[in-house]
Amino acid sequence: MIVGRGETWSGRVLLVLLMAATLMPFASLFVTALHPPGSYPSGLDWPADPHWGNFVAAFQAARMGELVKSSTLIVLGVVPVSLLLATLAGFAIGHLRIAGRNVVFLTFVLGLTLPFEGIITPLYYQVRDMGLLNTRWAIILPLIGLFMPFAVFWMRAHFVNMPDELSESARMDGANLWQLFWRIHVPLAMPALSSLAILLFLWTWNQFLLAIVLVDDPLKRTMSGALGAFQGQWGTDIPLLCAGSLLILTPTLAIFLIFQRRFVTALLQGSLKG
Amino acid sequence: MARRTPKTRGTVPARAAGLRTPSWVGWLFVAPALAVYAVFVLRPIVLTFQYSVYRWDGIGSSTWVGLGNYGKVFTDPDLFATILNAVKLIVFFSLIPVVLGLVIASTIRRIAASRLALAARTVLFLPQVIPLVAAGITWSWLLSSTGLVNQLLSHIGLGGVTRAWLGDFSTALPAVGVIGAWVLLGLCTILLLSGMSKIDPALYEAARMDGAGPIREFVSITVPSLRQEIGVCVTVTVIAALASFDIVYVATQGGPGNATMVPGLEIYYLAFSERQVGTASALAVVLMVLVIVVAIPIQWLTKDRTS
Repeated sequence: MIVGRGETWSGRVLLVLLMAATLMPFASLFVTALHPPGSYPSGLDWPADPHWGNFVAAFQAARMGELVKSSTLIVLGVVPVSLLLATLAGFAIGHLRIAGRNVVFLTFVLGLTLPFEGIITPLYYQVRDMGLLNTRWAIILPLIGLFMPFAVFWMRAHFVNMPDELSESARMDGANLWQLFWRIHVPLAMPALSSLAILLFLWTWNQFLLAIVLVDDPLKRTMSGALGAFQGQWGTDIPLLCAGSLLILTPTLAIFLIFQRRFVTALLQGSLKG
Repeated sequence: MARRTPKTRGTVPARAAGLRTPSWVGWLFVAPALAVYAVFVLRPIVLTFQYSVYRWDGIGSSTWVGLGNYGKVFTDPDLFATILNAVKLIVFFSLIPVVLGLVIASTIRRIAASRLALAARTVLFLPQVIPLVAAGITWSWLLSSTGLVNQLLSHIGLGGVTRAWLGDFSTALPAVGVIGAWVLLGLCTILLLSGMSKIDPALYEAARMDGAGPIREFVSITVPSLRQEIGVCVTVTVIAALASFDIVYVATQGGPGNATMVPGLEIYYLAFSERQVGTASALAVVLMVLVIVVAIPIQWLTKDRTS
């Protein structure tokens, strides 16, 4: 009993320490953002005269409104299409079990561990030849392709577990293949789809490499790519940089805190399946 | 459901016929995904291989150089150092989060259902949610000469070791590693913890009855039962180390000198600043192969053979 209690307490202390270590950088960012612009504050010192105006200045300097709009457009371009394509493919590979499915599936799985840097050079020339450089399509189209291995893998894992009887009885009732897919299987796939949607949203919003290589204008990039440009421009003004970084973090943090249960589950399942 | 699979596996054509779906119709479902994947992933992979055997500045004509670019990747000390740096980063991105994650998870296993632990799940996931770029910016500030890390060190009487951690040749790479460890520790801890919740508590009780201490429990029950989760953690974190880009780009840009240059960043500089597309592509091929060569054995070793 006593041993057990001791372990419980050491567990609690460790957990609190770990949480502190995780939160400390955010706290430091926040405190620094309140210092006078252009100053060189140190560590965690609370400023004598907090400059809340830094957030407004950073909002304007980073043109946050336009950034959020740009990232949202990119997410809207990537996520729904990826979900649709992956659901169709996952359904055919996992449930219809088409001939040659193993080869197709293996082709997709090959891309699971692909580092994006591996193909960024040819991708640049390809996107340039398509005339899409410096447009949001330069991020949207390659990302859909790059997400396919994981997304198809994920949806196949769902459809492989759907009982055949379900489809057989729907067929008895006269449903054609398209109805079977839309009316029966897509509604049942909603939990898998929503977790996948969360992961794809996060990976799109935070995509950096494609944004900085394929799009020069920070206002047409993802949030993450724009932050890179913001650092280049305001890197010497530490309080302003910290304020800007915090603002750029806010949308993902807000969405995370609202949907945290789903997020954590999605990320856990995501890494287990991947 | 699971019972049916083996039975149906042998009679696939018949079963597909049972669903009255000709195979070509099924292929229509796969076609769009395969098309986008082929155009934006498979084609660039093939092209990377093709570029890697030419010398090309990205504009003019290209010259066939055979495996010359690969020779350069392995003999040019600056290029080869990028691969070594990525391998060294594995210690921080992978070894520390997994080992520390295991220790932490087994310590907090007993309170895994408490309110504190539930709050911790949210907090520990924060580094996974924010852009890596933001983590890089935040930490470059924390690790700067006037940053929080030095302030804390001075407080505990270690003022002598303070420095600009990311600007010092001897500490820059470990400092980048610390950022990676911070990002990945929470994910590993929670992944391992959720794996532990599936272990039968009776195993621990039996071990206690046999007089096993916490360390013995950890080695004989916890670690073997978490084989799959450990495999996932190692795979994800090793790939994050080998293919690191975002953090290094914002925290050090590969500097000071080449102290923190990693393959991903070198590919970016070679291809888009120095216009050595061939060399960049050869390094890209090496990176892609390296990731696969490392990932496959880990998957194989940690596969759950009991099921």
